[in-house]
Amino acid sequence: MSNLIKGKEQEWETVIGLEIHAQVKSNSKLFSSSSSTFGSKPNSQVSLVDAAMPGMLPVINKYCIEQAIKTGIGLNAKINNYSVFDRKNYFYADLPQGYQISQYKHPIVGEGKVTIDFKDGSSKDIRIVRLHLEQDAGKSIHDQNPTKTYVDLNRSGVALMEIVSEPDIRSADEAGLYISKIRSILMYLDTCDGNMQEGSLRADVNISVRKLDDKYGTRCEIKNLNSIKFIKQAINYEVKRQIEVLEEGGVIEQNTLLFNTSTGKTRPMRSKEEAHDYRYFPDPDLLPLEIDQEDIDKLKKTITELPDDRKKRYVDDYNLSNYDASVLTADKFVSDYFDNVIKFDKTLKKSSKIVVNWITSELFSLLNENNIEINNSPITPQYLGKLVKLLKEDIISGKIAKDVLVEMFNTKKDPEKIIEQKGLKQVTDTSEIENIVNEVLQENQKMVDQYLSGKDKLLGFFVGQTMKKSKGKANPKILNEILQSKLSKKN
Amino acid sequence: MDFKSISQLKSLLDENKISIKEIAETYIKRIKEKKELNIFIYFNEDKIYEQVKEIEKLPNDKTLKGIPISVKDLFCTSNMPTTAASKILENFKPTYESFVTQKLIDQGSMFIGKTNLDEFAMGSATNTSYFGNTINPLSKNDNPLAPGGSSGGSAAAVAADLCLGATGTDTGGSIRQPASFCGVVGIKPTYGLCSRWGIAAFASSLDQAGVFSKNVTDASILLEEIAGHDQRDSTSSNVQIPSFSKNLNPSLEGKIVGIPKEYTVDGTSDEINGVWEEAIKSLEKKGAKIKYISLPHTKYALPTYYIIAPAEASSNLARYDGVKYGYRAKNPKSLDDMYEITRSEGFGKEVKRRILIGTYVLSAGYYDAYYLKAQKVRKLIANDFVQVFSDCDLILTPTAPSAAFPLNEKQNDPIKMYLNDIFTVPASLAGIPGISIPYGHDKQGLPLGIQLLGKHYNEQEILNAAFALEKDYE
Amino acid sequence: MKLDINTINKIAKLARIRLSEEEAKDLLKDMNSILDWVEQLNEVNTDSVEPLANISSSILPQRKDEAKDINSADEILKNSPDKLEGYFAVPKVVE
Ligand SMILES: [Mg+2]
Ligand SMILES: [Zn+2]
Repeated sequence: MSNLIKGKEQEWETVIGLEIHAQVKSNSKLFSSSSSTFGSKPNSQVSLVDAAMPGMLPVINKYCIEQAIKTGIGLNAKINNYSVFDRKNYFYADLPQGYQISQYKHPIVGEGKVTIDFKDGSSKDIRIVRLHLEQDAGKSIHDQNPTKTYVDLNRSGVALMEIVSEPDIRSADEAGLYISKIRSILMYLDTCDGNMQEGSLRADVNISVRKLDDKYGTRCEIKNLNSIKFIKQAINYEVKRQIEVLEEGGVIEQNTLLFNTSTGKTRPMRSKEEAHDYRYFPDPDLLPLEIDQEDIDKLKKTITELPDDRKKRYVDDYNLSNYDASVLTADKFVSDYFDNVIKFDKTLKKSSKIVVNWITSELFSLLNENNIEINNSPITPQYLGKLVKLLKEDIISGKIAKDVLVEMFNTKKDPEKIIEQKGLKQVTDTSEIENIVNEVLQENQKMVDQYLSGKDKLLGFFVGQTMKKSKGKANPKILNEILQSKLSKKN
Repeated sequence: MDFKSISQLKSLLDENKISIKEIAETYIKRIKEKKELNIFIYFNEDKIYEQVKEIEKLPNDKTLKGIPISVKDLFCTSNMPTTAASKILENFKPTYESFVTQKLIDQGSMFIGKTNLDEFAMGSATNTSYFGNTINPLSKNDNPLAPGGSSGGSAAAVAADLCLGATGTDTGGSIRQPASFCGVVGIKPTYGLCSRWGIAAFASSLDQAGVFSKNVTDASILLEEIAGHDQRDSTSSNVQIPSFSKNLNPSLEGKIVGIPKEYTVDGTSDEINGVWEEAIKSLEKKGAKIKYISLPHTKYALPTYYIIAPAEASSNLARYDGVKYGYRAKNPKSLDDMYEITRSEGFGKEVKRRILIGTYVLSAGYYDAYYLKAQKVRKLIANDFVQVFSDCDLILTPTAPSAAFPLNEKQNDPIKMYLNDIFTVPASLAGIPGISIPYGHDKQGLPLGIQLLGKHYNEQEILNAAFALEKDYE
Repeated sequence: MKLDINTINKIAKLARIRLSEEEAKDLLKDMNSILDWVEQLNEVNTDSVEPLANISSSILPQRKDEAKDINSADEILKNSPDKLEGYFAVPKVVE
């Protein structure tokens, strides 16, 4: 698949690297015991440490360290037994200490890789440079007062994992797949809630363009994007902008950009600070973090199944295509649901493709219409499994099954009960179907004649009529056989 | 009435010869009489009487019940404002109590005020304070002397009998040097022995709380109260704190005392070398073995310190930005304006100088040449002590190269001022404990201090030796 | 001379300290002499020496993940020179 972009005179290649900030799923902050819950009253979740009161000191959260290690394992990365917390010094209103505690020379997690899958069945590895732990800043609110910026420190000190990729990404779509994959891994591991709207997962995107095989061009960084849609939009806009500048003989200035979600355009940050000099140095309030291999191994054992493992299982055990399997596993809740449906009955394993279809088309459309997440689905995976089984065993027809599904969705009832109560069982009794067929043929003598004189297409009409008369319950296979044999006898 | 020591006052209290209220009255009167020494940044009679009522309710077995204590104004206290002697902490009223002061409160101490210091503990003469100089109470006639620094107010408060004990902090000598200048006992324990929680930070890898007192026994009593593990300070040591005062033992039989040759520097007065000589003889007489040793990197301790301390300070003091507390410039036009004017007006000259030095040595392109280099030399300095302590129990040196100097001397030459800490800084870099006790006088009758250094967590050893030497003056 | 006036001003900007011309000149002199003085460290061979960041020999203590530090917004904002509607307030920032 070519990602090259046609310019006026030549083709351009896009080079993208992502820095993802993922909020660690934890009760309390990285270096203080205040709550990390989202959406509380301003400055109500701020400890003396978070507000950088004089003499306050950081104490690290053990659970956050474990979450970072688990994530490192999920990214197929090296866990560093020795890492150091550094101070990154800069001034900003929502940075109360005047520095952010981060990791610079010695991050907790080193090199790793994740795989992204394309529709055509191919896949690609994106290399991870590192993952490090750091504190989040507070929040500046610029639009609530005409002359002031407001500062809320509730987020100040919340634990983040910064996951830095190599510039291996070549298009907006790849960037989208990459961030979805990271999100999926984090959610499988339960180390981040993956909620992009609430800012639990956000990305800085570094973009440059170059002529193929040329060296990397000058890059621009778009800060703090919090949806996959915006990431793609921002990349596409920025790539176009850079190509235009270059083709007009201009040069790209290395810049930090903001993406305006309403105009769909990027622009340089106006508070263009003079060149940053963060003066990183080891935080003297904290000692180096040493992790025993034993502890890493213990954590490894707590990790059950990651999206790639599950994808492989689906391909191997259920014969799903690589792409289907990757779509299904992308969202842990969807994939868990699928697993539970299959688990309902041994025989369903052979019908996995049908199960996938029922989930991704019928169930999804019901859930979407009603704005419900799959983990809150009124239809339990067990009942959906039962429904598919009933369908497979010809107890009901496909059409009836769809009606039953709606009924299940609305009433949370057992499909078997619905079928029983409403008498929806498929008619497989040949004599019963024969009677209905006879009736239909008698009532439509004209059509029968036309059919016999060569209008083959009318077969569908008779099928429809018979089905209608049986209230959709006639087994279509039997119905077809009977109808055809009756008509041929008339010939 | 004259109160000589904590134990003496305790027995007066126990025998009901004096009430806590009377103690308060006595000290309030004295403080008012010595106002011109400018020892306290915060002093409020009412606050003292409020405490009296609370203290009276405490059981009698509280070690420091009713004992008047001064607190260096670098410790955050919830009952009294905290300034770090800086305009930038104008009107700052902590909602919390530092670990050390809380421990003192728990034992029934009476805080009589917050003492003056060099702004953010940066100085050696208590002359960089926003609230003016403190005058050494031992000054004579019209020749006001510096009390040393940075904990000059606390040392002076003890020397002037305005309290029986005081807290201090020592980053490069800020307890030991003023103790020497004011003729009192001052101990800086091992780095990590006392929690830094609630002490406005200067240089985190060096800052250590300690105490001033009138004698070694009192220093032991106070130190065992303020020491201890604190989960809120990641560098706080989790070690058993012995009962220093009960264990005090003046016997030096079999102890090996190291005398480092590098502590003989140009500019040290003959009187100081003489006092050192005397102390060596005394230790020998008491059964100690004297060993002449070498700490080869001593010379580099000061320049190392003057890279590391400012570097850490430049970052530690970034939080003083006018947003959350303290001083804020009037009518700034922008956020940067607010930062720059607030910090320009809020910090004094020495603090700005150190912030800028620290910013420079950490900045891109200079980190390796300055900061990293200093950290490596620090390692060598620490190693020197490790080596020496493999066959020494103690080290004896002078505390400072001079006696108290006139107030405004050395003001215009920072390096000259920095050289004051030449004998105290190496121990700070190595994190080992050190104590200064008064030992003799110069020709003008000014006290001279002698310093004992020990192994990590071996406070008892230096307290014992100090206790033995102290007896020479009883 | 390590520093010139421009460098001093650049560092001052990084440290967010505004210097008057006179102050800058004054500091230039002091800082140059301090930097010259600390350069004596170059005499020391530190080729195979590990840097020492903290003297403490213990290992980094780790706390349990408990949200228990509860301060009211009032308490946190108490000392702020400018607070409005439960927020710290600063001059308006245009990003
Ligand atoms: Mg970034
Ligand atoms: Zn980051």
